[in-house]
Amino acid sequence: MKLIKQTGLIVFLIGLSIFIASLFTGNFSFTEKELETYIAEKGYKSEIIKNELSKAIVTEENLNIFQFSSGVINAFENSNKHYNALIAKYNSEKNWTKKGEQYQYKIGGKPHSLSFELAKKAGKGFITENTGLAWFLTFGLGIIGALMFIVPDVVLLGKPGIKNDGIFLSAATNRGWIGWFAFIFLVTFYILLYFYPDFIVNWVYLVDPISKFISGNAASQWFLYGFLYCVVMTVMAVRMYIKYRHNKYQILRTTSVLFFQIVFAFLIPEILVRFEKPWYDFKNAFPLDYDFFFKWNIDELIASGGFGLFILVWGIVLTIVIVPVMVYFFGKRWYCSWVCGCGGLAETLGDPYRQNSSKTLLSWRVERIVIHSVLVFVLVMTSFALYTFFTEANQVLGIKTQTIQDIYGFLIGSIFAGVIGTGFYPIFGNRVWCRFGCPLAAYLGFVQRFKSRFRITTNGGQCISCGNCSTYCEQGIDVRSYAQKGENIVRSSCVGCGVCSAVCPRGVLKLENGPEDGRINPTDVLLGNDVDLMNLVNKK
Amino acid sequence: MEHIVIIGNGISGVTAARHIRKNSDKKITIISAETKYFFSRTALMYVYMGHMKFEHTQPYENWFWDKNNINLKSGFVSKINTDDKILEFKDTSTLSYDKLIIATGSKPNKFGWPGQDLDGVLGMYHKQDLENLEKFAPNNKVCKRAVIVGGGLIGIELAEMLRSRKIPVTFLVREASFWNGVLPAQESELINKHIAAHHIDLRLSTNLKEIKSDENGKVKSIIIEETGEEIPCNVVGLTAGVTPNIDFLKDSGIETKRGVLVNRFLETNITDVYAIGDCAEQHEAIGQRRNIEAVWYTGRMMGETLAQTICNKKTAYKPGHWFNSAKFLDIEYQTYGWVFSERNKQENEAYFQWQHPKENICITISYDKNSTKFLGINTFGIRMRHEIFDKWLSENQSIEHVLEYLKDANFDPEFYKLYEAEIVAKFNQENNTNIQVKKKSWKRIFSKA
Repeated sequence: MKLIKQTGLIVFLIGLSIFIASLFTGNFSFTEKELETYIAEKGYKSEIIKNELSKAIVTEENLNIFQFSSGVINAFENSNKHYNALIAKYNSEKNWTKKGEQYQYKIGGKPHSLSFELAKKAGKGFITENTGLAWFLTFGLGIIGALMFIVPDVVLLGKPGIKNDGIFLSAATNRGWIGWFAFIFLVTFYILLYFYPDFIVNWVYLVDPISKFISGNAASQWFLYGFLYCVVMTVMAVRMYIKYRHNKYQILRTTSVLFFQIVFAFLIPEILVRFEKPWYDFKNAFPLDYDFFFKWNIDELIASGGFGLFILVWGIVLTIVIVPVMVYFFGKRWYCSWVCGCGGLAETLGDPYRQNSSKTLLSWRVERIVIHSVLVFVLVMTSFALYTFFTEANQVLGIKTQTIQDIYGFLIGSIFAGVIGTGFYPIFGNRVWCRFGCPLAAYLGFVQRFKSRFRITTNGGQCISCGNCSTYCEQGIDVRSYAQKGENIVRSSCVGCGVCSAVCPRGVLKLENGPEDGRINPTDVLLGNDVDLMNLVNKK
Repeated sequence: MEHIVIIGNGISGVTAARHIRKNSDKKITIISAETKYFFSRTALMYVYMGHMKFEHTQPYENWFWDKNNINLKSGFVSKINTDDKILEFKDTSTLSYDKLIIATGSKPNKFGWPGQDLDGVLGMYHKQDLENLEKFAPNNKVCKRAVIVGGGLIGIELAEMLRSRKIPVTFLVREASFWNGVLPAQESELINKHIAAHHIDLRLSTNLKEIKSDENGKVKSIIIEETGEEIPCNVVGLTAGVTPNIDFLKDSGIETKRGVLVNRFLETNITDVYAIGDCAEQHEAIGQRRNIEAVWYTGRMMGETLAQTICNKKTAYKPGHWFNSAKFLDIEYQTYGWVFSERNKQENEAYFQWQHPKENICITISYDKNSTKFLGINTFGIRMRHEIFDKWLSENQSIEHVLEYLKDANFDPEFYKLYEAEIVAKFNQENNTNIQVKKKSWKRIFSKA
């Protein structure tokens, strides 16, 4: 068994190495003809882009993706520079007609996205020619290796029960060198995914056949991300099933997040695309889905007829009615740890890191300031977006709606939710985004705290202050500080993962939905001590 | 300002300090020779097992004490001068007090075994024991085998700790079955099997004769009393119970027996000197409780109570219905009310027992044979609701009532399989009754009686 586990690790690392090495493979070039077709497709009017691109990428030389990318970006920059110079020139000559004409030649878009689009068509080499084999050597070996590493735990971990032995003695889970390595890997991955998609074009090639099979289209970097997300969650869900096999709550919860990720976040949107409907994740509620009310999204939905309108109405009802009503009955856990994709990754890939979240009072203060700021930010941005949608004015109070949207998308949507939110798992615990950033979590938190039947009940006087609950709370709640006072836990940030209850050695904690009356129960003296309470109160 | 000095920063002393602070602005000083900050002794095991770091065992952040104006002093009190109300420390410094609370807890029992003070012989009680264990048993190469002497809760925890690092463990238990002075046979037997299933070499009805030393004064082996067998080992854990930690009170004039003798108000024979927690011994036992109760909850309750008295609301220590819990490796145990073992139960006490055919799940309900009054329950592998059982005990409910409403008392996580139907069916069959299990009712559960 140990041998299988070790072999699995090696196989996984080989798969991972090939995966990383594959980024550096392949040749990227266009023929004149391909380039002409591409430019015609894109409708570029610039007279010099063709020449520039031709110089850069129509070549017999073997360009790797990095050379290709810099060539492409240079070409676009040169083209735009050329027209910018003309604009400046006509501007100084006050030749407004000529100046105005130049704008149509400028090419918009992010340089690396433009480069990605070209690269996606330009690649040749082992991966594009043997995609199936390459998939097996990367994804395949990764999955097989990971499962070989995980499944023997059924035997190796011994009898069902809490399996936290050695967590703080391991370099992987106690911020040791493996943890830092994972941190660097994840952060790099997200930076590449969001800002340098062209650099990971080889990975995108790997999933092309799958994308074509599901939606009929070639894969984008977002399809790659969605597929990788599902694979990682599935493999790590197997780990959850083994680790918590004594705990039905954990098993069902894991199954639920896995189902919603694969079906709702991955398959349904891609299938919608196949039927020429807008890509939409039916469980992704605003304001987590922050661009739902952006003008382009509303326009697109309205343009796609009845189904688009249905999505529009569903999205609004989901946020305003379904989500809060469900939180009233079940707490925010129904969303955050049973349905949500971000939560799903946190509860599978992130589970080994849950103990690294900070429990200090200071971090709670920071959490409240930051998460509520993001909520305010998203609401202000959305009111700008709606104003723009209804009035067609592209700015409010002198601030461009587009600028605000871009800032949010960059700072919150990419950096916070992705790079920090997931990249920092190994260091700050697995719920960095959910705890400090997610505006939907902030909104659900208000409902949970002030109008909900959900609470974690503390079992009378049974707590021995051992601290397992606090240590393993991914949201950094100092659960013990309530439990040892005999108080129920009704914190807005609790996502109801149920691990505090699972790790408690004395059966002190139970997640439950009950009457609101008595849900919050401040206590002077814990149950079990029969000092005369009335007497105490009277003497005060 | 009145100066309250507390010797000992365990759960009793710290609870007292917190509640005194809640109710007054008296000057408070807590003295400890063990650690600067309060930590949860019960969690030491998890540090060795790697579930936690030591800092996680500290329920309050380090700034808490300053913020609440509670002074922490490290030092070992060697003498108490109760006439002048002065403490003398080992380093000859002194501290005066107006009221003194002794909350020094326990220390592991040693029964005069030859070799009991060798290197590698340790208890599992103090932070220093944890450090010693880390030194003598960091892994199974340094510690090829450990022997644990004494089959109580700390013994099985120590065994679990060592097994988490794959160190072979031999577990010597004096009794014929694990903890059978406390547990009914069904449950004791369940734990015996569970211990064996965790690859612990459990030796029942076995006593330690002596611990042998190597040439460097380190443990080399132990000899078993009954058979004379020699078991080579590198660590010996002595976990045969604890005893109040009060040696420093000799000659202080404070009356002691095994512990510091106190009345119901937790007062000693000397005015303004109190004792709480493991080290306190009641002159007369409270109900069916022991005179000395070395249990987390009772220490906490004494701290809660004494704080009232110190803050001029003189309050007697009145523990309510007995409850406790523990975890034996993977099996959780809870108890509410009194369930005595066969060895200790009274003539009028009868058991109703149910055991799962395959899983490690069982219950024992103790009730009065004559009146069918419910006396107490032990559950293994099922969590129960403290409030409900406390209420039923106060209301003197019958076993029939308890079984009928058993679903209200279940505290297992959601979606767990429930066994009330099987349990009650067995009772009905054995007693020729027809109790119908009532559906769980939130209203009943959360109604304050």
